[in-house]
Amino acid sequence: MQAIRLEEVSKQWGEARAVDRVTFEAEPGSLVVLLGPSGCGKSTTLRLIAGLEQVDTGRVLIDGRDVTALPPSQRRLAMVFQSYALFPHLSVAENILFGLTARRVARTERARRLARAAELLGLGGLLERKPGQLSGGQQQRVALGRAIVAEQPLCLMDEPLSNLDAQLRQEMRHEIRALQQSLGMTLLYVTHDQAEAMSMADRVILMNQGRIEQDAAPAELYDRPASLFAARFIGTPPMNLLPLADGPGGAVVRGTAGPPLFAGGGEGLALGLRPETVTLAGAAEEGLATEVLAAEYLGADSIVALRAGEARLSVRLAGRIRPQPGEPLRVTWPGAAAHLFDLSTGRRLDEAAGIRLGAVRRRLA
Amino acid sequence: MAESLAPSVDRPSTRRPAGRAAAGQGGLAGWLLLLPAAVLLAAFTHYPAVATFLHSLYSTPRGSRPAHFVGLDNYQAMIQDPVFWQSLWNNAVYALGTIPAAIALALVMALWVNGRIRGRGLLRLAYFTPTVLPMIAVANIWLFFYTPDYGLIDQVGHLFGAGAHNWLGSRSTALACLMVVTVWKEAGFFMIFYLAALQQIAPVLGEAAAIEGAGRWYFFRRVTFPLLMPTTLFVLVNAVINAFRVVDHVVVMTRGGPDNATELLLFYIYEVAFKFWDTAYGATLTMVLLAILAAVALGQFLYFDKRVHYR
Ligand SMILES: Nc1ncnc2c1ncn2[C@@H]1O[C@H](COP(=O)(O)OP(=O)(O)OP(=O)(O)O)[C@@H](O)[C@H]1O
Ligand SMILES: [Mg+2]
Repeated sequence: MQAIRLEEVSKQWGEARAVDRVTFEAEPGSLVVLLGPSGCGKSTTLRLIAGLEQVDTGRVLIDGRDVTALPPSQRRLAMVFQSYALFPHLSVAENILFGLTARRVARTERARRLARAAELLGLGGLLERKPGQLSGGQQQRVALGRAIVAEQPLCLMDEPLSNLDAQLRQEMRHEIRALQQSLGMTLLYVTHDQAEAMSMADRVILMNQGRIEQDAAPAELYDRPASLFAARFIGTPPMNLLPLADGPGGAVVRGTAGPPLFAGGGEGLALGLRPETVTLAGAAEEGLATEVLAAEYLGADSIVALRAGEARLSVRLAGRIRPQPGEPLRVTWPGAAAHLFDLSTGRRLDEAAGIRLGAVRRRLA
Repeated sequence: MAESLAPSVDRPSTRRPAGRAAAGQGGLAGWLLLLPAAVLLAAFTHYPAVATFLHSLYSTPRGSRPAHFVGLDNYQAMIQDPVFWQSLWNNAVYALGTIPAAIALALVMALWVNGRIRGRGLLRLAYFTPTVLPMIAVANIWLFFYTPDYGLIDQVGHLFGAGAHNWLGSRSTALACLMVVTVWKEAGFFMIFYLAALQQIAPVLGEAAAIEGAGRWYFFRRVTFPLLMPTTLFVLVNAVINAFRVVDHVVVMTRGGPDNATELLLFYIYEVAFKFWDTAYGATLTMVLLAILAAVALGQFLYFDKRVHYR
């Protein structure tokens, strides 16, 4: 049985479809991240699951139970808000126990859960304080504490770390992940930060304009992006996308004379290359001729911006390379690192589509 | 609320002036800046208060006999004045009857108007209308409502077979009638403050509470009401002051009658001072009014300051 299951869920606001026929599932005890750019419908999806908004069409199931028509309080879930949503006039302890008091949990049980949450989150000395007397990170912990003591099997978090500084964000990322694993709860986590998503998630659901673009494990999302959007969204710098054209000996990068990349036409296709898979071609090797536009030295490596025909690409080159703008460079890449996309549909074209995608070097060898 | 009404002032940490001369100059400039306000305050508030107190220790000058010092004689007379006690009692009943009702009504209306209902803007306007009208106009409207036989209330009463009743002319109902008018007028005004305060409460608090399983009443009791406490205090102080300060409707509707049944303290002061021209006794009664208002305001602030959550 799935901890959460969305079936064809849609939500419309006026003309705009904030959530468009979204279907996904989450395994019990897993951490699933909803990732996507601002305005793509992540928060709306989460609020539909929480019951804070009503779905237009579709069903929401939690633990196999259809909760589509139930109010938030009966959906058996906890939620952490971006703004923490702490009650400013209540102490930390009262804030954490707010829900348990509302649900008339026995006093001794409340004390037990509070003690455990305080211990887990290191809130021991702060229980009598008001939220206004806490730092942002401490407020964040209180909000987490409130979600933990509810002891619900499902927890929703909407960008819980976006108000913290970079350092603290790193720490809390690990802490939330550890907490989720030790408590064994299912966590649905919304973020627009791909680093956060990739480092925490068991599965990432990438959204775009209300639709699910790709639903996969982080490694697969990185290694086999299902669409142009996914390819552009993941990775810093993101995947290079080079438009192709028909050449005499096969498909070539648009605006170059070759070398041919594979047999057949290239019109309407784009080649995808991760910056770190591209290397300089040896003197004896065949390679793609490029011109250096700019180079950014980062210490361990450099990000070099190149132009190849009509395409621009960024490559990550190890070592102290300081190419000068205007300098010609020939680059190559392993065959398995190349991705092919259909520009008209935006979808990935696999080898299964009948195109054998090889590396420049391998083809010519 | 009381706090947010005042313009928010950033207080930069006071920098210490470099030298003594600077300190002296800064101090002088400060005092000079305060001077106009201080003069106005002294001339129109402090001086009259002190003068009133002094007047209350003298007799009223009449014809050839100038005022002379009588000590506490006026106060002695006051204690023996049954009309004074009657007006004080009436005012207490009036305050206790109108203030909680007006505040509760204001809060309920604000919660109602703040909710997601259609025609919200129109409703707000409707509730606010009594506040915009001057009390004299309000009193005139209600005078019509209360008119025996022809008035709105009796006309509605006739439909249910009730007889005519002289609402304002009867000892037992006159004060209650004035109280209804006051509640009607004040509640809309207080509602505006509650409404403003309610809009300050982040909706996400309600959402968090809903997920935590809090019902409407629990949320109101644990969150909304405590967060509205500063507004309640502000409104309460205003309501108490108004209960002793506004007598326009008494003037228009009953003139203290019948048989002193609607005699409020301030109206009695007005009668003593400007109808009977007993200015010294008027000053004496005024001192009582001042003392009551000062005590109430002080008590409220001391009591509530500890219990109110200021954000
Ligand atoms: N209450 C609302 N009324 C009307 N439109 C809304 C409402 N809430 C969201 N929207 C619209 O729905 C779309 C999706 O919004 P949503 O808040 O889900 O985005 P998001 O992915 O969470 O973005 P962000 O990362 O900026 O938080 C947006 O275009 C937004 O303008
Ligand atoms: Mg959002």
